[in-house]
Amino acid sequence: MNSAEAMTLSSNESTAARSGIALDVTRAIAGGSSETAPSVRDGVPALAVSERPKIEVKGLDFYYGRFHALHAIEMRIPEKRVTAFIGPSGCGKSTLLRTFNRIYGLYPGQRATGEILLDGRNILDRREDLNRLRARVGMVFQKPTPFPMSIYDNIAYGVRLYERLSRREMDERVEWALRKAALWDEVKDLLKQSGNALSGGQQQRLCIARAIAVKPEVLLLDEPASALDPISTLKIEELVAELKHSYTIAIVTHNMQQAARVSDYTAFMYLGRLVEFNETQTLFTTPGTKQTEDYITGRFG
Amino acid sequence: MNAISETLDPLPAETPGRRARSLGDRLFGGISWLAAVVVLLVLGAIIVMLYVGARPAFEKFGFWHFLSTAEWNPVTEMFGALSPIVGTLVSSLIAIIIGVPVSFGIALFITEMAPPWFKRPVGTAIELLAAIPSIIYGMWGLFVFAPFFADHIQPRLTDTLGEWPMIGPLFQGPPLGISVFTAGLILAIMIIPFIASVMRDVFETVPAELRESAFGIGSTTWEVVWNVVLPLTKVGALGGVMLGLGRALGETMAVTFVIGNAHELHAALFEPGNSIASTIANEFTEADGEVYTASLIGLGLILFIITFIVLALAKLMLIRMSRREGRSA
Repeated sequence: MNSAEAMTLSSNESTAARSGIALDVTRAIAGGSSETAPSVRDGVPALAVSERPKIEVKGLDFYYGRFHALHAIEMRIPEKRVTAFIGPSGCGKSTLLRTFNRIYGLYPGQRATGEILLDGRNILDRREDLNRLRARVGMVFQKPTPFPMSIYDNIAYGVRLYERLSRREMDERVEWALRKAALWDEVKDLLKQSGNALSGGQQQRLCIARAIAVKPEVLLLDEPASALDPISTLKIEELVAELKHSYTIAIVTHNMQQAARVSDYTAFMYLGRLVEFNETQTLFTTPGTKQTEDYITGRFG
Repeated sequence: MNAISETLDPLPAETPGRRARSLGDRLFGGISWLAAVVVLLVLGAIIVMLYVGARPAFEKFGFWHFLSTAEWNPVTEMFGALSPIVGTLVSSLIAIIIGVPVSFGIALFITEMAPPWFKRPVGTAIELLAAIPSIIYGMWGLFVFAPFFADHIQPRLTDTLGEWPMIGPLFQGPPLGISVFTAGLILAIMIIPFIASVMRDVFETVPAELRESAFGIGSTTWEVVWNVVLPLTKVGALGGVMLGLGRALGETMAVTFVIGNAHELHAALFEPGNSIASTIANEFTEADGEVYTASLIGLGLILFIITFIVLALAKLMLIRMSRREGRSA
């Protein structure tokens, strides 16, 4: 994304509710594309994605006990791209993310119906090997969650679950993961120290390093930067941009500028439905629905 | 500065209620102090009384000699504490060896695996087990468990483990069902509820996000508990173990029923033996003569010391653990 657009997007948000005008300006800048066809037809979000889908969601419903949290979600998440999920609190974006590695299954009473195809295989199938699935689909949570062990072991732990590596190979893997997570230079002399001794931002990068060390195919980031300071947030965003060359990334964020900065595709969710899904640039400049427009211009949410 | 102080009404130094309130405050402080001091006084008084009461025995036999002889003969008035000390330590050790893994399994099941509708009944059952008076455990142990153990379990253990090198002699002995080993088993059953409920409580303090991330990387339930939950909660879990050990060391009634009350020292765990608490309970009424009584009181003092040492070791362990944590992982 070039800087002009980035500026537009941020001004778009900061001028917020006052400016219906701001949106028009944005559209003008974006090349008068306000006439492009809305991406919702017959209430089902059209899938603008022509790329190879890594995850396909088909008719997904999700329930917390009796509460119907997700309604008939249809979407395709393209491979090696960053897909952002935005929407007001409680809209179901985290819930959706938590179905992709079936972590919701830890809690009795939470269930999903429909299909989620990972490389064409339905992971909601009862026979799915959850441990394997979760090794393939890594997750990073809102709060940093280093394990109660050394920095080195935090990374090596997940690797040891699935691979037998020699001491040297493991050292290399740990260094590789920490370098990928832009943490190596800060911790290379502290590998034996507890992961809890790091700052919040460092801990979160440690968690990302831990997630990528097992070489997953998909990385789920559930508001990974919302508990961090701006500098750490920036580092995480740079990291996401770097990681998308190797991984399919799905990121939930409350921060629309962040979604605009880091993602290729954006899904806007509201009240448990996927309202709109499109290329990020299109969604932010020419939202297809009134709800999306209201949300990204800050009129609610 | 002045402007501000003018706008604020200064608090009057003496208001009617103020005096009474400050008096109440001081009174409450005094009572709290008193309560704390009384605890120390009572503790000190117990130690002093135990020591004074035991002195005739210590003087006659010498403290170390009293500790290290196994002879216990009321007729000749020769008393040594070794057999009850060993019985106490061994039966408690058996209880811990059996009780801790089982408690861990129970806590793990309740926190990680049990379906919600099953959690509450199991949890409640455990708490009820803890509430059963020890004399009931003793009666059950004597009338139900000991015969069953003698008929079915003990012969098999003797035939199998009893043949092993090194530990074989431990599992020899007459199939009476009444033995140090039985006492250890009953103690294990008695302390499991304590350890299990403490472990369950501390396991439940682990933040959900942390468990989710451990599962989220592909760990199995066992790996999550062993590598993440337990390291995080080991201090609390160890506290639970110590609570159980403390109970096992001092348990009197149930042990008296099943341990056999024989003042003998055997390597075999299936031989009858005794413990400090059971000896005191059994023999206090028939203790005639100053030295006999003093020896029993001396046993009490020794039990007190053992419990104190165990607690001190536990504290030391915790300190060492937290120090290691600060240094590295």
